[in-house]
Amino acid sequence: MKIGALTEIFAGENRVAMTPDSAVQLVKLGHHCVIQSGAGVKAGYSDALYMSAGVEVLKTAAAVVEAADVLVKVRGPEKAEAEALRDGQTLISFFWPAQNPELLEITKARGATVVAMDMVPRISRAQKMDALSSMANIAGYRAVIEAGSNFGRFFTGQVTAAGKVPPAKVLIVGAGVAGLAAIGTATSLGAIVYAFDVRPEVSEQIESMGANFVFLEFAEAQDGAATGGYAAPSSPEFREAQLAKFRELAPEMDIVITTALIPGRPAPKLWTADMVALMKPGSVIVDLAAERGGNCDLTVMDQKIVSDNGVTVVGYTDFPSRMAAQASTLYSTNIRHMLTDLTPKKDGVIVHNMEDDVIRGATVTKSHEITFPPPPPKIAAIAAAKPKEKVKEPSPAEKRAAETALFKAQTRSQVVMLVGAGALLALVGAFAPAEFMSHFIVFVLSCFIGFSVIWNVSHSLHTPLMAVTNAISGIVILGALLQIGSGNWLVVVLAAISVLIASINIVGGFLVTRRMLAMFQKS
Amino acid sequence: MSIGIVSAAYIAAAVLFILSLGGLSGQESAKRAVWYGIAGMALAVGATVLSPDVANVWIIALMVAIGSVAGWFVAMRVQMTEMPQLVAALHSFVGLAAVFIGYNADLEMSRVLSLDEGSKALLIGFAKKLAHKDAVEQSILRVEVFLGVFIGAVTFTGSIIAFGKLAGKVDGKAKKLPGGHVLNAGAAIASLVLLVLYFNGAGIWALGLMTVLAFFIGYHLIMGIGGADMPVVVSMLNSYSGWAAAAIGFTLGNDLLIVTGALVGSSGAILSYIMCKAMNRSFISVILGGFGGTTGPAMEVTGEQIAIDAEGVAAALNDADSIIIIPGYGMAVAQAQQSVSELTRKLRAKGKTVRFAIHPVAGRLPGHMNVLLAEAKVPYDIVLEMDEINEDFPTTDVAIVIGSNDIVNPAAQEDPNSPIAGMPVLECWKAKQVFVSKRGQGTGYSGIENPLFYKENTRMFYGDAKKSLDALLPMID
Repeated sequence: MKIGALTEIFAGENRVAMTPDSAVQLVKLGHHCVIQSGAGVKAGYSDALYMSAGVEVLKTAAAVVEAADVLVKVRGPEKAEAEALRDGQTLISFFWPAQNPELLEITKARGATVVAMDMVPRISRAQKMDALSSMANIAGYRAVIEAGSNFGRFFTGQVTAAGKVPPAKVLIVGAGVAGLAAIGTATSLGAIVYAFDVRPEVSEQIESMGANFVFLEFAEAQDGAATGGYAAPSSPEFREAQLAKFRELAPEMDIVITTALIPGRPAPKLWTADMVALMKPGSVIVDLAAERGGNCDLTVMDQKIVSDNGVTVVGYTDFPSRMAAQASTLYSTNIRHMLTDLTPKKDGVIVHNMEDDVIRGATVTKSHEITFPPPPPKIAAIAAAKPKEKVKEPSPAEKRAAETALFKAQTRSQVVMLVGAGALLALVGAFAPAEFMSHFIVFVLSCFIGFSVIWNVSHSLHTPLMAVTNAISGIVILGALLQIGSGNWLVVVLAAISVLIASINIVGGFLVTRRMLAMFQKS
Repeated sequence: MSIGIVSAAYIAAAVLFILSLGGLSGQESAKRAVWYGIAGMALAVGATVLSPDVANVWIIALMVAIGSVAGWFVAMRVQMTEMPQLVAALHSFVGLAAVFIGYNADLEMSRVLSLDEGSKALLIGFAKKLAHKDAVEQSILRVEVFLGVFIGAVTFTGSIIAFGKLAGKVDGKAKKLPGGHVLNAGAAIASLVLLVLYFNGAGIWALGLMTVLAFFIGYHLIMGIGGADMPVVVSMLNSYSGWAAAAIGFTLGNDLLIVTGALVGSSGAILSYIMCKAMNRSFISVILGGFGGTTGPAMEVTGEQIAIDAEGVAAALNDADSIIIIPGYGMAVAQAQQSVSELTRKLRAKGKTVRFAIHPVAGRLPGHMNVLLAEAKVPYDIVLEMDEINEDFPTTDVAIVIGSNDIVNPAAQEDPNSPIAGMPVLECWKAKQVFVSKRGQGTGYSGIENPLFYKENTRMFYGDAKKSLDALLPMID
């Protein structure tokens, strides 16, 4: 099949849907590539480059449309372009079918197949053709760069000979792909970054990028999994809580980048005029939602304005186009992956398999029919977030009560044991002779000393402890010594043997302990 | 030397013993502490020998000389891996000495009581004390003798069996005669009956019969306990030898013996308690042998054990920044501590963090692993206890398990039906990667499967621990 790329006719659009690199890959799929002369110039690709990559360069758009079976574009078709499509021809580009019903009607009437790159479902398999994400990534990066060029200070804090520079504080509203890219860029420039999102499950992603998650205390939390990973409109109460939080943050923030979009709706107004008024002069707001009305009240689409109190509000909508070379590389790769899926046998024959979740989702018109909106995908986009278990902190009063109860229980058990042991001792004392009792005192006290001393012995010295107590238990030698002077020969013999083996015990025990302890070395 | 000076020496000795045990709280102070112990013992023995109560000094000198040479010989020759059996063997000596001294006390008592008043005045030492005892005191003395002999006898045979098991001369598996614990209980009850008879004046035959019964209890009790429970057994026997000494002290009316016996006895009791707690088992269940019954079927272990060769382990170690080594009895059996030390030295020389995690019941003696690692010159400040290091596993790149099994078994936490459920274990599976050096696919002492070996981040490094590590060493660069 012939794949043809057209020059973008939208004013200020610099990107191109096919690069020499992607063309080489397309040829490997068995396709033949054509391109309109000059299509890649603004993105840095001359006709010569295309020709050396084996792409046929045609003079006019009409010639390309005439020659190609599949047309690839970045921006959605203008009316004229749509009307030029012929029956059975395929167009792959951004399309925004929900916003452009009349375009849908035209392509339907023309009998063309339209694959809308903005309709690629958000499932893992389709990530490689997710052009929205790759463009949003660029937009997020560029938004920070744009903010930096309008911001009169450093991002990073510095202590220089000429004085101290505080770090810039950046707030990112909406942690989608663009938001996360902006977080990454701003943190690597050294700013202190805060980020907010209505979907609490992205807090981990935000923190992993190095930003602080602005936590909103609110009972009703959204589960992004239910909406394919996108945000959904929130309740008025939630909105109020959110705005109050922003109002609180506004005076501190130097740079605010808003990226909040809800699929199929105008951008929510999150940064109101009074918040702008609260900000310091010289601060910058970059509104990535400008194309859909903007998140900020003051945003003017495609323009940079300065508010009364000196806050710059950037409302550009062409961030990816401002980095045309990078954007074209990524977008053309997305297109190539889409064509790879459409050419399963790599033989240059396009098989438009409407059973495939990704292809079905992205196709908006086919064979004189509008196939938009698509049925829900067969597999869920992302796993539902598990609700986090909250460990309930006991209140101070509860803690105190628990401690008192424990103390009481301990006291009770100790008193019971003391009384019991005392009674037992009294019983022994009533019958035993005085001498026994005096020895008994020594015995009991020694046990207590032993317990308190041994508890402090380090775990690693338990083997030396055993060896030393072993040596010390050789003290039974004293008993044998006191008996060895007996007049009975048997007693003398037994005592002598006892002295012998107790000596082995004492000498062996101490020496082996010394040996072991000498081995313990500090590094 | 007067009795007063002897008593003063005894007090000094008792204080020195207490200081000696207290000094074991740290590695550096321990080196001083052992000298306190030696000084205390020298003082006690010296003062006793020089006191007016002792005769036959030449026999004493001869016996002490022979005993010292033998003790010196044993202490210098013993391998550090043989420490458990040495300690057990030494316990048996204390037990036997206690039995002899108890018999002597009985023999002396019957001899002294048969003497006339004139001869009684000439008696010295223990006999002199006996001569002044009235009827009640004699009865009390009999109880003391009886207890001393009983504990001493149990300690004696128990320690011999423990020695045999630790030295591999007796099969380490738990074995019981038909009848099991009923036999022990029967022997204990019979001993109690004999005590009553002996108390009421029955002769030395009651003592003798009881000794035989106590020998049997010691033998049968320890035979019924398996190899990995030996830390508890050895510290329990340690405790018994102390109580035997204390009982002898009562018999002889010697306070130093009582003090020292009580110190040793409580030391052993605490060690036993610590060991049991580390296994989450009650002292009784350890002593009665075997593991407690399970309450349900064990959790299914799924997956497979994946083997790895030395190259793979070396590559992972070269990439790792933090490493924790978990040694167990297998390291002692393979005598691999020197290789482990060499590995540690090499890894540390490359700037990696290497630490050791020691489970309280690793090995066959409390603190066994620490001594082995110290012998191999592993610095003690990188050898950490379970509680100190358990939280660090999630941030560790590689955990190496060398010859341990039950102490790293995740079933203790994950499977409520496991026989070792609730036993504190080293959570090595939380490390990014785990290597297990092990001889074969067998189970640990508890006889249960170890799900650790089937985990995704676990690789089995089969073979003798020493050979495996020696193969690994040249590949660490």
